[in-house]
Amino acid sequence: MATARHFVPPEDASPDAPLEAVVVRFAGDSGDGMQLTGGQFTLSTALAGNDLATFPDFPAEIRAPQGTTFGVSAFQINFGSAAIETAGDAPDVLIAMNPAALKTNVGDLKAGGLIIADEGEFGQRNLAKAGYETNPLDDDQLAKWQVMRLNISQLTLDAVKPFGLGNKEALRCKNMWTLGLALWMFDRERDPIVSWLKAKFAKAPELAEANIAALNAGHAYGETAELGGQVTQHHIGAAPAEPGLYRTVTGAEAISLGLVAGAKLAGLPMFFGGYPITPASAILHHLSRLKEYGVTTFQAEDEIAAIAASIGASFAGSLGVTSSSGPGIALKTEAMGLAIMTELPLVIVNSQRGGPSTGLPTKTEQSDLYQAVYGRNGDAPLPVIAARSPADAFDCAIEACRIAVQYMTPVMLLTDGYIANAAEPWKVPDMGGYAPFEVSFHTEPPAEGEAVNPYRRDEKLKRVWIKPGTPGLMHRIGGIEKNVGSGHIDYAPANHQAMTDIRAHKVLGIADSCPDQDVCLGEAGGRLAVVGWGSTFGPIHQAVRRARRAGQDVSHIHVRHIWPLPKNLGDLLRSYDRIIVPEMNTGQLKTVLRDQFLVDARPVNKTSGQPFKIAEIEAAIDEALR
Amino acid sequence: MTEMVKLTPKDFATDQEVRWCPGCGDYAVLKAVQRTMPDLGADPANTVFVSGIGCSSRFPYYMETYGFHTIHGRAPALATGVKLANPELNVWIITGDGDALSIGSNHTMHVLRRNLDCQILLFNNEIYGLTKGQYSPTSRVGTRSPSTPFGSVDRPVRPCAFALGSGARFVARAIDVHKNLPDVLKAAHGHRGAAFVEIFQNCIVYNDDVFAPFTAKEHAGKQLWLKAGEPMLFDSGTKGLTLDREALNLKVVDVADGDWQAADVIVHDPKNKAVAHMLIDMPIGSFPMALGVIYDDPRPTFESAVREQTEAAISGKSADLQALVSKGQTWQVEKEPREG
Repeated sequence: MATARHFVPPEDASPDAPLEAVVVRFAGDSGDGMQLTGGQFTLSTALAGNDLATFPDFPAEIRAPQGTTFGVSAFQINFGSAAIETAGDAPDVLIAMNPAALKTNVGDLKAGGLIIADEGEFGQRNLAKAGYETNPLDDDQLAKWQVMRLNISQLTLDAVKPFGLGNKEALRCKNMWTLGLALWMFDRERDPIVSWLKAKFAKAPELAEANIAALNAGHAYGETAELGGQVTQHHIGAAPAEPGLYRTVTGAEAISLGLVAGAKLAGLPMFFGGYPITPASAILHHLSRLKEYGVTTFQAEDEIAAIAASIGASFAGSLGVTSSSGPGIALKTEAMGLAIMTELPLVIVNSQRGGPSTGLPTKTEQSDLYQAVYGRNGDAPLPVIAARSPADAFDCAIEACRIAVQYMTPVMLLTDGYIANAAEPWKVPDMGGYAPFEVSFHTEPPAEGEAVNPYRRDEKLKRVWIKPGTPGLMHRIGGIEKNVGSGHIDYAPANHQAMTDIRAHKVLGIADSCPDQDVCLGEAGGRLAVVGWGSTFGPIHQAVRRARRAGQDVSHIHVRHIWPLPKNLGDLLRSYDRIIVPEMNTGQLKTVLRDQFLVDARPVNKTSGQPFKIAEIEAAIDEALR
Repeated sequence: MTEMVKLTPKDFATDQEVRWCPGCGDYAVLKAVQRTMPDLGADPANTVFVSGIGCSSRFPYYMETYGFHTIHGRAPALATGVKLANPELNVWIITGDGDALSIGSNHTMHVLRRNLDCQILLFNNEIYGLTKGQYSPTSRVGTRSPSTPFGSVDRPVRPCAFALGSGARFVARAIDVHKNLPDVLKAAHGHRGAAFVEIFQNCIVYNDDVFAPFTAKEHAGKQLWLKAGEPMLFDSGTKGLTLDREALNLKVVDVADGDWQAADVIVHDPKNKAVAHMLIDMPIGSFPMALGVIYDDPRPTFESAVREQTEAAISGKSADLQALVSKGQTWQVEKEPREG
């Protein structure tokens, strides 16, 4: 994670770090623009130099019936002047735009935390839709917390009155009013938001002006109104960071950029075949705008066509890439077998979501590890790597491209809905620092009397890559088993044995080109290792850090190379008395570790569609050390 | 490709033993394709045959060109990637009735709709051969097979009607063993865009003579070979097709002494889509089987549209990777990291 690498070393962070961090959650109807509000607040926070992590949490329905609890969309941000690893366990501040948003989110709020509620939306109808019998703003239901009731709806209407908008359009500005108040609360600049609004509504200047007026009114309200002492302005200082240029990045952006960089480092044009699916579509959207980088994007008729076209493009000499989420990956499975059999480079990005079947389209889970490592017919080995954070996804995408072309193999890159949507500050990498892995196509015709053999291999067992169009090297490949020496159809028993062995050994050999597994916090050896993969990095890291501060002998190991596993991982794991594996599934990496190393890895599982809280991992550490 | 010695059919044959059943119609199609290639001036290095799964899909292994034997039904999708990645390649798709119209019908529809520049040869034998004889989506009602011992009850799809309905701009029909097959292949190759060719192919083992009602020597009079600008005559010129203006459909008329104009026989215009529909839908028996190029009306191809859009989008832009990763709203951190 960028925050781990680019900011102060975790052990050096001040012990009172939590005091320097604030967790704010914006919650409203899915039509209230909460994701936009959160996104813009994130940007201004990043520009203020805070470290941050976000967690957008929205329903699968685009516009669920207004005012209902299942239509609530929320955006949480944790920001501070020290290293931030997660979006925060419990919010300090909850901004609730209606009763349903209050109802579904208030339970997470810290005791004594602040609720800012738009009382203009707390009418009988909305209260009933949210399941409130009485108005919680009027009685003692919210006694645990501080409540600030503002008629944000009315204040917004007043602010935008001069622009002559209809009531409905005017009310749509209330997210900007709210954002203005939040910017005031945390002493943030409004300028970047103003320029963003001007660009967004370039074709409708009156909407831009109205939104800016709402933003300014919210800000002015904080500055001038008597807020009863509940709300005071906080200044959260800049987080210490390595000098350099920073930007915010979401996982989907980082993967897209990493794929472009990877193709460039390989010296290849990229072909991306995709089909719309949540939460993977964002990658297709990003890449479709990058044609000048040699990217061709193809929105196919289905998931199978998306991967098949990508395989075809790889055959023709491009770097084929496809992307989807669990159900779409399932559809691509047969074609993955074809790419394994024909030994063509291909990157398959899986933005995991809650399953099985349609499952939880907009919620996060890590439950496709079995599918990635084992989920194909036949003995069909395929390298798998997993990104731990939005910023890490950039390097992982490059790594996936490297393995694909250096070993002529499909590669699965695992990310998840949380990483895809979440944002974090990212120190812009120096592209000159990445070693190129340029591909050289095979162009030399066979010697007189010899036939073309597409399965000619190097010492790494990688086969030659011959582009159609190359004179004298015409050849045929396909999904049917081929002769180990000639590449012609061959079903002979000894030949299938030989080819199966080669496919397995080639993929296992990839570990030779990968770094040893490191211990990202703590020591090699000791009482307890907490082993994670993917987006659980943040909560595991923070929990291990807290446990170590409390004197516990615990270390954090985070696995990027899921298959093949790093060569030293078995010995490393055996150097601890105990091993726990927190995963947002029912224990999938745990099974692989047990299988590969015969170690007593114990599962810590969560499958609620929500990321781990730090406290949950801390509890698991306490339990394991008891 | 620079001018070189003209290749021969043998130059397009691999050294691999052909593994179809003796007497299979696929042999005739393979020979016809290998014979046509030199006439097209095809460069083996720039030619790619892509197939799905089924008897016909073994075809690429026998062509001394580039080839990809893919998975069931997906050849059009894979070929789309090949052509988009390198539009200079000449792409042929080899498929069958089950491959193209059952498991892969979605891809067949979309490759036609997009108008990818390629030739699609659909070997229609109205049966699943490689899986030992089950009825297929083109099998006629009542087809008895291992999976339909009492006869099939579902109505078949007509490949050319499917193609035309999907937006194909070139639709043709041919017969595996007929001498006209190379001419149809040449016309398909000459058409810029997706060229769909249904080839009636006899499966000697599981569906022998299913097309005999118009392919058998004694029924050759049932073949209507269409030619652009020529009258729609068949049965040695003794019969023709005219337009029944009341029913708004085609009608068979007798032609006396070759005077087709007197019989009001219509002239074939391959750009007339309405007539193409009628020609494709004629029931065999009372009508002849329409063969040859039924419809041919080119329009811009998919890969050329993609390329044009790309060129327009990238003009004036540079591909600076460092600039790309530094995009968006950024901020500079100046101070040194906090000491530990």
